[in-house]
Amino acid sequence: MKKILGGLAVVGALALSLTGCTGTTGGDAADDGLITVGFAQTGSESGWRSANTESMKAAFSEENGFKLVFNAADNKQEAQIAAVRSFINQGVDAIVIAPITVDGWDDVLTEAKDAGIPVILEDRTVSASEDLYASWVGLDFQKEGHTAGEWAAENFGSEPTNLVVLEGTTGSSAALDRATGFADAIKGTSINVLDSQTGDFTRDGGKKVMEGFLQKYGSDIQLLFAHNDDMGLGALDAIKAAGLVPGQDIKIVTIDAVHDGMQALADGEFNYIVECNPILGEKVAAVVKAVLAGETVDKATIVPDGAFTQEDAVELLPTRPY
Amino acid sequence: MKRIFKHRMTWPIIALLVLVLVNTIARPSFISVTVQGDKLYGPIIDILRNSAPLMLVALGMTIVIATRGIDLSVGAIMAVSGAVALTIIEGSPAPDSLATVMIAATAGVLVALVLGVWNGFLVSVVGIQPIIATLVLMLAGRGIALLITGGFITTINSDPYKFMAQGYLIGLPFALFVSIAAVIAVALIERRTALGVLTEAVGINPEASRLAGVRSRSIIWAAYAVSGLLAGIAGILYSSNIMAADANAAGLYIELDAILAVVLGGTSLMGGKFSIAGTVIGVFTIQTLKSTITFLGVPPAVSPLFLAIVVVIVVLVQSPQLRDRLSRAVRRVRRGPATPTLTDSGAEAAQ
Repeated sequence: MKKILGGLAVVGALALSLTGCTGTTGGDAADDGLITVGFAQTGSESGWRSANTESMKAAFSEENGFKLVFNAADNKQEAQIAAVRSFINQGVDAIVIAPITVDGWDDVLTEAKDAGIPVILEDRTVSASEDLYASWVGLDFQKEGHTAGEWAAENFGSEPTNLVVLEGTTGSSAALDRATGFADAIKGTSINVLDSQTGDFTRDGGKKVMEGFLQKYGSDIQLLFAHNDDMGLGALDAIKAAGLVPGQDIKIVTIDAVHDGMQALADGEFNYIVECNPILGEKVAAVVKAVLAGETVDKATIVPDGAFTQEDAVELLPTRPY
Repeated sequence: MKRIFKHRMTWPIIALLVLVLVNTIARPSFISVTVQGDKLYGPIIDILRNSAPLMLVALGMTIVIATRGIDLSVGAIMAVSGAVALTIIEGSPAPDSLATVMIAATAGVLVALVLGVWNGFLVSVVGIQPIIATLVLMLAGRGIALLITGGFITTINSDPYKFMAQGYLIGLPFALFVSIAAVIAVALIERRTALGVLTEAVGINPEASRLAGVRSRSIIWAAYAVSGLLAGIAGILYSSNIMAADANAAGLYIELDAILAVVLGGTSLMGGKFSIAGTVIGVFTIQTLKSTITFLGVPPAVSPLFLAIVVVIVVLVQSPQLRDRLSRAVRRVRRGPATPTLTDSGAEAAQ
């Protein structure tokens, strides 16, 4: 009896954890003139992702001639593949995937191809053969790093400047590519990289690592490059606690442009933010329409990222969607 | 002298001191403490402040481990308590009022206590293995926290809330006082009453202690409740430190750090005898080690390996068996190879 009760408790709690993030709006490919699109999202792991989901839902609205079947896979690859299979079975007109990982897509993409349903990738990409999907719409992380580096080189490159870097999660493509792009852009300038450590893309990580940097180098630090806004925001507290003024004593450049980051930029605590644009919906919708109309589309559509100064932030903050 | 080396606290303390020494040699500013305004500031102060959440969690873990259990859900409980507190403050019209902050923090800690009681119920009443029982919340807890925050990272501006992890009291970080208070409270309850002995009895032999009239069920239940409560306070401190409820990152892997701190402090994972002072030393060792990584400039890609190597060395230094073997080997070498070692092997066989 005890064991049964225990088992029930475990099942109950697990069920609780699973129901959290998945929601499917059922739909069949009814002929009402709308294009039925199945969208397999990664999950809801960050503010960036929520904004991305919102953008997709807005672009694939009924007013725009779409019927969206949405699935969030809670960051589980097998759940996402299962969702794509169910889209194929439902006979949707097109499938959009934001692949969680790069590998493991060959089988299900082949099934989609055999069923004659075009697949469009969004945000991240896959390692599968290019003829298995119609197009990819995403962002260029390396370019983001490069843009941040260009700003640093332009403003501080002419005289010796000490830089510290808060890296993203070790081994993630965003961290690797941003580091490469940035290093490329500041090559040959007088910017001197004092130190570079990972803050794991979190505020807490950014704060702790920045505390360490400040203990080690004190006010020698003149410039900070954080691979995302959150680490930069964590570093703000550490800089203030050390009696320095962020944005003045230590200039800060970050990537993402989420709401709190833009707020810090408008308040003069950040100096420059390179955008990592989650508003991919309209571009994806346009590609889907083009593919279904039989037009040839580019294999890769890279959505350009903006970049913001403090003045831009003051102006844009009230109207930004995320 | 011999008695000092026999004492079980000696080696953990030596390990910590060596770590501090290495840091100081590498960069003498490590032990410098400067005064800015009326606040003390320096690497050591940072370690004392940043160790507060781990200290609270590790204290709870010590008691749970003493009952022969383990609590994997502490990190997830931290995420939930922070999410509850910040959601209340965010929704309140007066985020800067002390009353709001008190209500929010209390609510967060109470929810954590309820989760701890749930863990205790699964282990002591239902009889599920602790590792499985707490695994449930470890997995589900972050989902619950995400539900509370609606999938977003909730951020707030509230000075009283900020004070808890970032404020100073008579020149020292407030968080340090929280962790000192927790250590004293747990030590008093466990060591000045019979509870500590009873907990150890349950851990050494639950069946025998039950037959001896110890109410093992309520003792185990209480251990998980206390662990949940302390994790809840840790969650408040964590969210106050960054002024954000990040359901995915709050307390991530802290259960492993806490278990490590308990073990470094000389408490056996087999349950039974536990050492609160040992856990305190263990927590400081881990926190110092983490600052060492930034301080020595260990490259990010190798830092997990660095951490692992140092932990293995620290554990080896503390192992009585290894020290025994080493000292015997040293003696053997001194005596020269010709000396018969019959007595030694006899002693070994007797062990």
